Amino acid sequence: MASMQDIEFKDPPARLAQTFALPDEPSGTPAAVDLPDLPGEKMVLNMGPSHPSTHGVLRIVLELDGEIITQAMPDVGYLHRGDEKIAENMTYTQFIPYTDRLDYLAPLANNVAYALAVEKLMGIDQQLPPRCQYLRVICCELARVSAHLLGLGAFAMDVGALSVFLFTFTEREKIYNLIEALTGARFTTTYTRIGGLARDLPPGWVEQCRRFISEVVANFDESEKLLTRNRIFVDRTRDVGIISRETAIDYGLTGPNLRGAGVDYDLRKAHPYLVYNQLQFDVPVGSVGDCYDRYLVRMEEMRQSVRLLHQCLDQLPGGPDNKAGEPINVPDGKTVLPPKHKVLTSMEELIHQFMLVTQGVNAPPGEIYFGAENPKGELGFYINSRGGGTPHRLKIRAPSFVNLSILPALLPGHMISDVVAILGSLDFVMGECDR
Amino acid sequence: MTALELGQKLKAQFGDLLSEPAEFRGEITLRLTDAERSTPVCAWAKKELGFDYLVDISSVDNYGTDPRWLVVYELYGYAHRCHLRLKTGVSEEKSELPTVTTVWRTANWHEREIYDMMGIRFRGHPDLRRILMWEGYPYFPLRKDFPLAGKASEMPDVAFTHSAPMDGGPFVTVSGGKDAIAREPRVRIPETDSIATNARLERRRDVRAAHAPDHGPPHGTPV
Repeated sequence: MASMQDIEFKDPPARLAQTFALPDEPSGTPAAVDLPDLPGEKMVLNMGPSHPSTHGVLRIVLELDGEIITQAMPDVGYLHRGDEKIAENMTYTQFIPYTDRLDYLAPLANNVAYALAVEKLMGIDQQLPPRCQYLRVICCELARVSAHLLGLGAFAMDVGALSVFLFTFTEREKIYNLIEALTGARFTTTYTRIGGLARDLPPGWVEQCRRFISEVVANFDESEKLLTRNRIFVDRTRDVGIISRETAIDYGLTGPNLRGAGVDYDLRKAHPYLVYNQLQFDVPVGSVGDCYDRYLVRMEEMRQSVRLLHQCLDQLPGGPDNKAGEPINVPDGKTVLPPKHKVLTSMEELIHQFMLVTQGVNAPPGEIYFGAENPKGELGFYINSRGGGTPHRLKIRAPSFVNLSILPALLPGHMISDVVAILGSLDFVMGECDR
Repeated sequence: MTALELGQKLKAQFGDLLSEPAEFRGEITLRLTDAERSTPVCAWAKKELGFDYLVDISSVDNYGTDPRWLVVYELYGYAHRCHLRLKTGVSEEKSELPTVTTVWRTANWHEREIYDMMGIRFRGHPDLRRILMWEGYPYFPLRKDFPLAGKASEMPDVAFTHSAPMDGGPFVTVSGGKDAIAREPRVRIPETDSIATNARLERRRDVRAAHAPDHGPPHGTPV
């Protein structure tokens, strides 16, 4: 049997180039793809909206010349629920459950990003108590590990490595148990509130989480052993779906897809929110921008998330059981619901509770944009407020939506079997794309 | 270089076309007075000021004011790491402005979404079709005069919509609205509700049945 070092990577584009003239770069106009030597008619193939590799309800209309894609037209919107319209008709707090359903693989991260956006509008983002900030970082990083584990498992399954999917889902199950203990729900967490969090940690949670993050690293190693030097996986992903640095920026790609293309940009580093500037972590960056690079970036990001989780659990103000009574909410009754025993005994808190529930928080008029580094990329909220508890307009900048817009430029020139590899490596969620 | 300096540079280049940079929550916003000139301003901002990343384009419906539409561009530069917001008003009669897809290709889907949701057209866009709703859908759902519950529409052989069952239900609360308390379900007294709410309740037989006299007043509320 040949040892691992003996494996020589083939160069699929070079091999293909002998047969077909491939474009070097994904070009903006799909019509520019010219395949003069192939006889026969072009065929139009409909892929999706319910195809295993389209991860939800993405539909792509492909024009094929033999097995080569000459034109691709993604069709999104099958999961459109009108979240932005809904947001205009309820208070800021009432919209938090809807953010669970954007990127439903990382609801905790969406909750945090949305709460931070509203807090930025209200000007209280600097007043968040440290314990709240640490807990929110823990939420974000747990969500990142969970989302990347799923993305990785589904990607591997699409290109033929089924067992990785089972390995990663075992770990995700443990994350769901942690999230359930923390928020009371496995999927629809709704954990943040404007100005704080719904509740503090349950007893024993920190120990449970510590045990999980020390064990999950072994699972990363296992998945990596199955994939990183796997001949089939490497052949399917290497030099496939190459996105250059310039193309990635031009199409507004964010997250691991942008970093896979070699742009060293992470909102947690570039514009640190919460306590990310007090924590040590590295930002992995790809060199080629192919599917394989995007896989490697995600793999490393999970390890960095675990590193961040260790630091957060160690430095958590108030410790695991919070005997010192560190606050988790901003000390303002007009922003955060007061404790129930005070509502029932004190007039002022009763009024605060009543006003918050019926009218919502009192946000000033103005407009802000806040973007957070979510597992899929930059999740941004543009809020246009006329004052009061309801946004006049809330625009969600969904990373999956923007990341998918590169498909018409990226797919032409590839084989049809590369579509599943490219879609898997872009790692999108339609709930977020369609809103 | 800070975002404010970049905003001032842009203002110096285009003069009266842009308002003075305004700051709110650490973000710089410039207002473009003539939407027709959006492309050259954006192109210059990208080429000379290094705003190579278009984060997002949003649209706002300022219903009842002129100009009705507000189109908001969020610009970002990877080299200087500064964020700048450009916004421009578009009148309802016109509902059209030039595209910026020639500047950033990511604008393609953002502009399609705005066209789909608000009905603002982008002149010169290579492929201005609906993106989230289906081709042929007759309304623009994010407009303020489009009801939350939706409108019925039908395109034979394509798709149809009904208004949502929550229409008239108790859980649609406009915060700060005058009827917010009246619409809170536990204190609802249909007889004293606003005419509009009553009209919606008429269609909800189940709600009407629950409030029928022989059931007594709901939750002990005096009638």
